[in-house]
Amino acid sequence: MSRVSENGTYATAVAIGGLPIGISSADPEFITMLEGRYAGFLGADGDVAIRLKVDIAPPSGGRGEEELAVSRAGTRWLMNRGDFCADWDPVSKQGWVRQSAYPYAIDSVMRIVHSLVLAERGGFLLHAASAIRGGRAFIFSGVSGAGKTTISRLAPSDVTLLTDEISYVREMADGYQAFGTPFAGELGRAGKNLAAPIAALYFLAKGSTDVARPLKGSSAARRLLRNILFFADDRALVEKLFRSACDFVSHLPVYELTFRPGAEVWDLIR
Amino acid sequence: MSETYIKRHRDTAARMLGDETIIMSVKDSRVFTLNPTASLIWEAADGVTALREIVARDLVAEFEIDTEAAYRDALELVGQLAQEGILVVTDHPMPAEQS
Repeated sequence: MSRVSENGTYATAVAIGGLPIGISSADPEFITMLEGRYAGFLGADGDVAIRLKVDIAPPSGGRGEEELAVSRAGTRWLMNRGDFCADWDPVSKQGWVRQSAYPYAIDSVMRIVHSLVLAERGGFLLHAASAIRGGRAFIFSGVSGAGKTTISRLAPSDVTLLTDEISYVREMADGYQAFGTPFAGELGRAGKNLAAPIAALYFLAKGSTDVARPLKGSSAARRLLRNILFFADDRALVEKLFRSACDFVSHLPVYELTFRPGAEVWDLIR
Repeated sequence: MSETYIKRHRDTAARMLGDETIIMSVKDSRVFTLNPTASLIWEAADGVTALREIVARDLVAEFEIDTEAAYRDALELVGQLAQEGILVVTDHPMPAEQS
């Protein structure tokens, strides 16, 4: 899938949520590593909507645990963490990343870029597992330990997993859709690169019985806002996310799903 | 007797969901929920209608409650919302740029 240009730069494209991001680097091994990591989500280079040039630097000592800062500078977005810095301009659709040759930094940059693009378009990334059953998508949201990976592991054979960690929600002309992502949690494997209209959102809680209780709008919106991934200090986009979250819970059923770690919980998900 | 005027802070976003109002402070992403009665006051907080008039028009007439008690409760509520930084409270009508 990768190609080499006349100036010796190697490139590939990673398409998540229907948004292909072209990634180029002078390091062919780095590109090969990305193509292995994002297999199933590779797109055609000619279709890319965003281009990121990655400069590989010696390891900085950062481990990705440092505080992330995402800020605007004119039309550009600046991203800084201990293990990478990046600069992306949504107007020119070009950007660069400086990082060492490991995948977690570019993985984070892509999440940030997607979160910014989605916020503008009425969607969001969500701490949630998601899956398709019967042509409809179901989202299971919760913080670490709430049961995202557990419910993913319990999924019966007629269920297709989109992710066990970060769900990708887009507003389409005919409603909200969930897209598969390669962003894996404890399950350790990427979701399927598929999409489906969202049927319901569940907030997970482990308990002694399997029960789904409907949540009223304001409670649903508050919980949804807590679990949306957004990294930028930007009031306009925060306000857009607020409106998107309220719109989402106004149009779709939202439940608190208490469940035992048993396959029977999936009897409630139809 | 001085009047009290209230106005929604410009750094807020709000939405009615059912009979409640959910409000976000876009400065720091804090989220608040108002019950149906408080939602009526929030909706009426245009900066130029006196709180006493809002209470009489939207609460007393609607719920047939005691005017003075309702006004005291409303004053307490707007004081709390002002402390949270999502409502501006003054003793004079507010042009838009003062919020």
